[in-house]
Amino acid sequence: MPPSRRLLPRTLWRAPRRGNRHRPAADAGLLAVAVAFAIPLVWLVLSSLDTEATLRVRLPTSPSPDNFSAVLTDEITFTPMLNSLLICGGATLLTVLCAALAAYPLSRFRSRFSRPYLLTILFSTCLPITAVMVPVYALFVQVNLIDTRYGTALFLAAAQLPFAIWLMKNFMDGVPKVLEEAAWTDGASWPQTLLRVILPLMGPGVAVVAIYTFIMMWGNFFVPFMLLLSPEQLPASVSIFNFFGNYGAIAFGELSAFSILYSTPVLVLYILISRRLGGGFALGGAVKG
Amino acid sequence: MTGAVAGKAAARARTPGAPSPGRVLTRLLRWSPLAPATVLLLLFLVGPIGYCVFIAFTDTQLTGQESASFVGLANFRHAFGDPAFRNAVVLTLVFTVLSSVLGQNTLGLALAGLMRRASRPVRSLTGALVICAWVLPEIVAGFLLYTFFERRGTLNALLEWLHLPAQNWLFTLPVLAVSFANVWRGTAFSMLIYSAALAEIPQEVTESAEVDGAGGVRRLWHITLPMIRRSIGTNLMLNTLQTLSVFGLIWAMTRGGPGNRSQTLPVFMYDQAFLKSLIGYGTAVALLLLLVGALFSAVYLRLMREEV
Repeated sequence: MPPSRRLLPRTLWRAPRRGNRHRPAADAGLLAVAVAFAIPLVWLVLSSLDTEATLRVRLPTSPSPDNFSAVLTDEITFTPMLNSLLICGGATLLTVLCAALAAYPLSRFRSRFSRPYLLTILFSTCLPITAVMVPVYALFVQVNLIDTRYGTALFLAAAQLPFAIWLMKNFMDGVPKVLEEAAWTDGASWPQTLLRVILPLMGPGVAVVAIYTFIMMWGNFFVPFMLLLSPEQLPASVSIFNFFGNYGAIAFGELSAFSILYSTPVLVLYILISRRLGGGFALGGAVKG
Repeated sequence: MTGAVAGKAAARARTPGAPSPGRVLTRLLRWSPLAPATVLLLLFLVGPIGYCVFIAFTDTQLTGQESASFVGLANFRHAFGDPAFRNAVVLTLVFTVLSSVLGQNTLGLALAGLMRRASRPVRSLTGALVICAWVLPEIVAGFLLYTFFERRGTLNALLEWLHLPAQNWLFTLPVLAVSFANVWRGTAFSMLIYSAALAEIPQEVTESAEVDGAGGVRRLWHITLPMIRRSIGTNLMLNTLQTLSVFGLIWAMTRGGPGNRSQTLPVFMYDQAFLKSLIGYGTAVALLLLLVGALFSAVYLRLMREEV
């Protein structure tokens, strides 16, 4: 299967067979949009291979991987990427763990407060988290969590948690109840049932939640930008601004090379989950309308 | 086993009166897995929102002040009288309507519609590019579109090539540039939602309309749009909420400038709270933004009500 097709959810590439009358017009329209969307991406790739890259799209006179070798140093690439990995990885683990636990009673039991709880979760999924960053900053200064990677990870985990719970609950609803009732009959407790029966059965669902959470955090700029101050703790999403720091002379080639290195993990992870995201629930989990 | 069965019986019976201590314990145990998530949410999400409400009514500053005092509605009165705030509100409106309502929503629908008729390679290529722009980290997208719109950038190169007048886009039309950037970055989401929605329209309906002689525009207006109206509502709501909180994209492209001509509410909030050290005022702005977001969320929740 060509990689481009794998990137797309099923609904996109398996369109119905139809009268071909309008096909050339539709193709032309789509191609025009494709070109407009491609230009910045083409610039990114070309300038990363061009040691004298400018702001314009142009073919490098002598393509070389020099930009990549120039940015592959501890200070520019490895430390920020490691920071990103520590912050986002830790936060993802925490989010997935809490979401799996929370989804279990919400999916399995009915109670007077499960519906209000779910509605509150759905409500907070939509809140503009950007708006609370100023009070979060003030709060973090007071409780000494400012400029710590674990503090940043804790906030990222909390911010992503409502959506993760919502997704996880939807996936868990898909696991038939009969199987865990069998486990109960055999004397299993709820942690055992959750760990041994339900989570293995919804393995791909858990993977989607984890990867999606990680992608969201990896690309997040505002949260670490506000909560981390010392340069050696900054993740890649913020350290990228160092390139702009050196007055006037931005090394566009190196900036492009770094952007590609920084973007690759999320692109790869997205490809891994894209089929599933497009299939069952067209991303959003909440988006069933 | 007995516990589970007893618990289930208890849940089903719903007998009036006080439940026995054993039952309460079972229930607590059963709902205990909610605890870690709830604690995390209370500490890091509900807490800050509550704190937000508190400091929005004080004159807290970043430095040089021992204790903040309660100033009531002064921050909000200041905001509504502040031309810079009104400017930010107008720019946020322009940015949201241009990029989310007109841009992402319409382009997303158009793409989804065209994809149903286009040939497979074109469909795959376009879809992959649009989604790629969406998956890229926000800051990378901002940087890419900065180079596209910059005075010496690709857009002007294209215009010169076409013998059209070049412009310093980020200076003359900064809002348009960041709106376009948001369309570039965010259209994939609408495209995905609409292609799922269009796929659910039964083919017989469209076909019979076609047989009855309804043209493309009439089919779109009288059949397609009414049938996907729920998706349109959801999509508009989510796009708008997303766009309301865009910060990194604008920060990377213009930093709210030149002057304050692309300073939307999040950028204004950041500017007041940190560059001008007025945490109280910045938070009041944040609270207003949060209220608008909450309003949209509530409407969205109403739309979703039957699904939960």
